[in-house]
Amino acid sequence: MSKPSPQMEPLKKFTINFGPQHPSAHGVLRLILDLDGEVVERADPHIGLLHRGTEKLLEHKTYIQGLPYFDRLDYVSPMSQEHAFVLATEELLGITPPLRAQYIRVLFCEMTRVLNHILNVTTFAMDVGAITPILWGFEARETLLGFYERASGARFHAAYFRPGGVHGDLPLGFLSDLENYLPELEKQIRDLDKLVTDNRIFKQRTVDIGIISKTDAIDYGLTGPLLRASGVAWDLRKSQPYEVYSELKFDIPVGTHGDCYSRYLVRMEEMYQSLKIMLQCIRTMPEGDVLIQDFKIRAPERDDMKTSMEALIHHFKFFTECFEVPKGECYKAVEAPKGEFGVHLIADGSNKPYRCKIRSTGIAALQALEKMSKGHLLGDLSAIIGSLDVVFGEVDR
Amino acid sequence: MAQTLQELEIFLKAAFLEEDFHVHIARNCIHIQSPVDMNSRVVSFLKEQPYCGFNQLIDIVGIDLYPNSPRFSLVYHLLSLRHNLRAQFKICLDDMQAIQSISHLFPNAGWYEREAFDMYGIVFKNNPDLRRILTEYDFQGYPLRKDFPLFGYTQVRYDETLKRVVHEPVDLPQMSREFDFESDWRGAKYE
Repeated sequence: MSKPSPQMEPLKKFTINFGPQHPSAHGVLRLILDLDGEVVERADPHIGLLHRGTEKLLEHKTYIQGLPYFDRLDYVSPMSQEHAFVLATEELLGITPPLRAQYIRVLFCEMTRVLNHILNVTTFAMDVGAITPILWGFEARETLLGFYERASGARFHAAYFRPGGVHGDLPLGFLSDLENYLPELEKQIRDLDKLVTDNRIFKQRTVDIGIISKTDAIDYGLTGPLLRASGVAWDLRKSQPYEVYSELKFDIPVGTHGDCYSRYLVRMEEMYQSLKIMLQCIRTMPEGDVLIQDFKIRAPERDDMKTSMEALIHHFKFFTECFEVPKGECYKAVEAPKGEFGVHLIADGSNKPYRCKIRSTGIAALQALEKMSKGHLLGDLSAIIGSLDVVFGEVDR
Repeated sequence: MAQTLQELEIFLKAAFLEEDFHVHIARNCIHIQSPVDMNSRVVSFLKEQPYCGFNQLIDIVGIDLYPNSPRFSLVYHLLSLRHNLRAQFKICLDDMQAIQSISHLFPNAGWYEREAFDMYGIVFKNNPDLRRILTEYDFQGYPLRKDFPLFGYTQVRYDETLKRVVHEPVDLPQMSREFDFESDWRGAKYE
């Protein structure tokens, strides 16, 4: 054995490939990392491994056929994505859904927010070493998805929202069952809260990691919990209210540090606020229609088709020809669980969108990854990615 | 500080006296249109002027208007967190016409421009990193152009003998069919 030379050799920088198959990459993220020892000097995300050409496909599908593609974008919060597309279509058609439908939509959007945040918080905790939260959180998710299924027939890819309302009314006993379940759900979230929030190891891994300042967060186009965690009080549900959000009472949690821990705390508090909104929706939901009565835009009831010739014709016309959206252009955004999710819809007067641009939330978050991770250790990177809450179905589209 | 879209419209009309500069309000949003070479100047004005305060770039949307000329439109979606206003800034440009990047104004413009380049082949001058973003590494063509077929030109499979992924021309037992169910009949209008 030769003795090591007394002079230190200069440290070699090296480049590694993180992903696309990596448990903490949350899907198919490929990162090219330049490391100096264990310190990240440069992080270059390569995205597009889940690119399915949704925007191209939408140009070849009618509005009704295109709707389910939105469930498959951010598959963790399906109904919020549908919501943006439906709102844009309604804006161009110039229709407003009935009040009950608006309440049902808000109810499900908030349910989606809880579903999304439970998944994010628990997998984030798993990324930094805690295995119990995910096992506890998924139990709550399971029950909530059961409610999804009761209303729409599907647990994930719901395709429940329609231009002009929602596909069908809630089944009998749905609201009372949900109201009875909400206290239990709150207890489950509180258990998660107790388990993770004050956990010493979790705090060591997340506090002061991946800080992004207020101005940087705005400059990088961050929205949603990421922006709020940096101390910007901005939420589309409050600032540009849509549906019935202006009539509901809820608070917007705002963080102070802009680190991974703040982002976690903001999401945690948002879940409690969502529960409050859900309860208000259940208690104040009016009776009435859940779809507009214009049979050129909605499908007729199955019962009517058995007896009415006109309903049968409408059904045939609706599912072959769909409806024609007048020429126009609009941009509609909703506060999806991950931030501002928008749809820029251009109609040329036919039954298919001329162009449908999807503004995804994750692409801005991922772009800020390098800013957040520079100078941190490789191990912190998985905490940062976890706190960003990216889902590649939506980033890659 | 609170101001309305109408006030902003008057302000912008006074600030830009160029002939091809248009401002109008539609759907609760201010729409601005200008010639291609003014894009960087207009975006910087909208961002820096405290009266506008459009401090967040939400998205850049490419649109193919084939076979019209100019062929492409580019829409910058801007959001003013301070005034709670939205703006859409639109420019029209032709194929092979380069456009100034705004990545020095908004760091997140980098990827949005990469996406427009990837999907439409719009070239941005001074973008530090104009690579393809969503498609494959060696992808040819611009998929969101209207003359690009829905199924593309190539398909991919793993070749067992070559031990690698190979690209081949699309060969499907049945090509995608476009059903045109649109009827000219609009129904009777009852007054």
